[in-house]
Amino acid sequence: MKLTLEVWRQNGPADRGRMVTYQVEDVSPDMSFLEMLDVLNERLILNGEEPIAFDHDCREGICGMCGMVINGVAHGEQRATTTCQLHMRHFEDGETVTIEPWRAAPFPVVKDLVVDRSAFDRIIQAGGFISVPAGSAPDAHAVPVRKDDADAAFDAATCIGCGACVAACPNGSASLFTAAKITHLGLLPQGQPERDARAKAMVEQMDVEGFGGCTNTGECTAVCPKGIPLDTIARMNRDYLKAR
Amino acid sequence: MHYTVGDPIKDAKAPEGPIEDRWDKRRFSAKLVNPANKRKLTVIVVGTGLAGGSAAATLGELGYKVKSFCYQDSPRRAHSIAAQGGINAAKNYRGDGDSIYRLFYDTVKGGDFRARESNVYRLAQVSVNIIDQAVAQGVPFAREYGGLLDTRSFGGAQVSRTFYARGQTGQQLLLGAYQALERQIAAGTVEMHTRHEMLDLVISDGRARGVIVRDMVTGEIETHLADAVVLASGGYGNVFFLSTNAKGCNTTAIWRAHRRGAYFGNPCYTQIHPTCIPVSGEYQSKLTLMSESLRNDGRVWVPLRKGDERPPAEIPEDERDYYLERIYPAFGNLVPRDIASRAAKNVCDEGRGVGPGGLGVYLDFADAIRRLGQHAVEQKYGNLFEMYERITGENPYNVPMRIYPAVHYTMGGLWVDYDLQSTIPGLFVIGEANFSDHGANRLGASALMQGLADGYFVLPTTVGDYLAAGPFGEVDAEAVDEAVGQVRSKIDRLLAVNGDRTADSFHRELGKLMWDYCGMERTEESLRKALERIPELRKEFWENVKVPGDGEGLNQALERAGRVADFFDLAELMCVDALHRTESCGGHFRAESQDADGEALRDDENFAYVAAWEFQEEGGPVLHREDLNYEYVKMTQRSYK
Ligand SMILES: Cc1cc2nc3c(=O)[nH]c(=O)nc-3n(C[C@H](O)[C@H](O)[C@H](O)COP(=O)(O)OP(=O)(O)OC[C@H]3O[C@@H](n4cnc5c(N)ncnc54)[C@H](O)[C@@H]3O)c2cc1C
Ligand code: SF4
Ligand code: FES
Repeated sequence: MKLTLEVWRQNGPADRGRMVTYQVEDVSPDMSFLEMLDVLNERLILNGEEPIAFDHDCREGICGMCGMVINGVAHGEQRATTTCQLHMRHFEDGETVTIEPWRAAPFPVVKDLVVDRSAFDRIIQAGGFISVPAGSAPDAHAVPVRKDDADAAFDAATCIGCGACVAACPNGSASLFTAAKITHLGLLPQGQPERDARAKAMVEQMDVEGFGGCTNTGECTAVCPKGIPLDTIARMNRDYLKAR
Repeated sequence: MHYTVGDPIKDAKAPEGPIEDRWDKRRFSAKLVNPANKRKLTVIVVGTGLAGGSAAATLGELGYKVKSFCYQDSPRRAHSIAAQGGINAAKNYRGDGDSIYRLFYDTVKGGDFRARESNVYRLAQVSVNIIDQAVAQGVPFAREYGGLLDTRSFGGAQVSRTFYARGQTGQQLLLGAYQALERQIAAGTVEMHTRHEMLDLVISDGRARGVIVRDMVTGEIETHLADAVVLASGGYGNVFFLSTNAKGCNTTAIWRAHRRGAYFGNPCYTQIHPTCIPVSGEYQSKLTLMSESLRNDGRVWVPLRKGDERPPAEIPEDERDYYLERIYPAFGNLVPRDIASRAAKNVCDEGRGVGPGGLGVYLDFADAIRRLGQHAVEQKYGNLFEMYERITGENPYNVPMRIYPAVHYTMGGLWVDYDLQSTIPGLFVIGEANFSDHGANRLGASALMQGLADGYFVLPTTVGDYLAAGPFGEVDAEAVDEAVGQVRSKIDRLLAVNGDRTADSFHRELGKLMWDYCGMERTEESLRKALERIPELRKEFWENVKVPGDGEGLNQALERAGRVADFFDLAELMCVDALHRTESCGGHFRAESQDADGEALRDDENFAYVAAWEFQEEGGPVLHREDLNYEYVKMTQRSYK
């Protein structure tokens, strides 16, 4: 099939950026979205043009490195899917597809579709861990964990840190990302000692980084490739209020 | 390319005495660094996967000054994140007869008697601490209703010792290490450099003293100095272009260190994973693994008859060949990877493969769904099934999966001694980047175990022993200048060619060549062909590659071209190694060396050694043999029948 792409091109943080149109032909329905861009980039290189910069690594939906706003939706319209997992069979011949980077003040554009998400690492630094130096752990069976808790903790822990939730949120809030970690660790017995301090520090760091507040629009969970549920945010708020 | 033979390696520094006591002995003999001095000692750790992430965090906890590097935008994205199936540990929580000794035994045997006994024993010992550590960090492993940890079995083992977190074990373990690392970054013990790629090693006075890196955002070439350098940069499976590795996985860090004097161990040992989604077209950029854990419940089969094109559901039971169950009744679908991969290749070579081009076999869950119910199957493998459907557009609950082998893991890597130190003093290598514990074939769920064993428990002890003699004084400024010059000139050369082929197109061609000539099956003829073709292609690369843009700022095409250049050199060494090892062992299958049933035939008399290759600018590589002795596990021909 043939597609028209409108792609955000921006040379660097200082550049104002603009949409540029490209035609791509011979797109196979079995290609992934990124493979389609690979093919375009190969052509651009040979034509002496700058290829489109985009982040990616695992290409199987787990590293959280990829991320583009496709036709106005973070990671594209297919639910529970990262950009790299999106396949061209979901597009139609002749379609125009717009491709833009995550847009949020705390995620400045580095180049084209590449943004700086280091704010997420700093939120984890604030308290997204259990303090247990290597070698100091008791036997793994010393503390049984209810299966329900373990499963729910796992569900929250599947967040890949991609940032789609922020890109989708009208307020640019990082609540879903932060709440996922607070929920994961807060559900486990091992996470209890630091639970209050963790919630407080992480929520405050979110503000320091300039992310907006949560007004429960639910856009985040709608685009989240891992389906992190909205009620994690309620849980975060409870923990935060208790800690304060 | 020819090679020469140098002195054998006499001593890999493992302590003597009963194997159970060796690691204790080493720990006790290791010199300690006094806490006040630790703050004055800097350790560079390249890589933030399970190995590097856990090492950097632990060294930080111990009080060293750590500098950590990765090429992604966050340490959490290292390729370890993609590991699916699980992690082995000799906990024997099931009481099914597991023990440290049995894990040791299985690993030595699974590696086809090409790994060091002392290292493997230590790995099995430490495995139990890893699970404790991970659970304490909040890794949400699968649990049973009683609240205790669940386990499953994996290829090459008859006990259930694999701990898992649904199909995302690597992710959860890596996030555990990542969080520990971020805690140390917050504490100020670790300085993190994301989007930085190591391009060379600095050696001063015979010791590894630093790295030259490129800031991938600004393009700046930076020098970072330290008292010891740890490489945890992962495996080099991407030399084949198509592999299950993340796109950025590369050999540059270890290859540069190799050029600086670190020996390369067993470069030809490559693991081809039997259960991957088959290639769908020319544009294919990578292959996706379907976790081996699927073989616990999925049954592998092909039509009995050649050229049977009926849809799978229409092929009756008695016209199917469950060939693994038939040939290997004792292990059935759970035979080790190398065996399962070759068996798949054989049935496809017979013309019984399924799907496009006949390059696929079925992995069928119909029985499991009947036996356990769809819900239970979904609980165990839900995300894998989803992943499969996304890529192929087929629903594996209704239609059997199609799978085919793909390059997955490299057992080879930089040679290290028992202390995980390379032949360059002060250069340590951990995780998939070293050659150490898996011999000629790695068992499933053992890479995560090894990476974390190295990073959390082994390296922090042995690096301390090395650093006890430090700090090591000023670094030779000329050495730094020379390394920076090398890095700059390579970048300038790549940018200057301005030919008419992209780096990716060269990479694809190199990968195809390696897959055809140095892949699942190798012959003298195929390897000689590869050794003829690689230099020609490399020459063309350097004369005709086109790298757009300049060295300043983000330039992903330049990054790729630099990696491809190093893959060329590595590919050549892999073929030399594969050619010289005329036996078959584990993942290295030389067609000339097989028994009457077509199984790999080892030649213990001539090849029970590690091949450690030294780089030479002129005259080809130099082979140093390290003999392997088996005092505990008797060398036998592997049999999974
Ligand atoms: C799809 C898949 C599934 C797997 N499943 C399992 C499993 O279930 N169980 C199991 O035991 N094993 C599994 N494995 C194998 C296992 O995941 C890897 O062997 C292991 O994670 C490697 O860890 P590592 O820390 O050595 O390296 P990696 O995780 O690969 O990390 C490498 C690090 O080095 C950095 N790096 C690399 N080069 C440079 C450079 N030049 N400069 C700076 N930084 C650099 C990267 O940024 C990264 O941080 C799987 C592998 C794959 C591909
Ligand atoms: S919560 Fe979902 S959308 Fe947000 S970072 Fe995590 S995985 Fe991505
Ligand atoms: S590239 Fe890893 S999640 Fe998309």
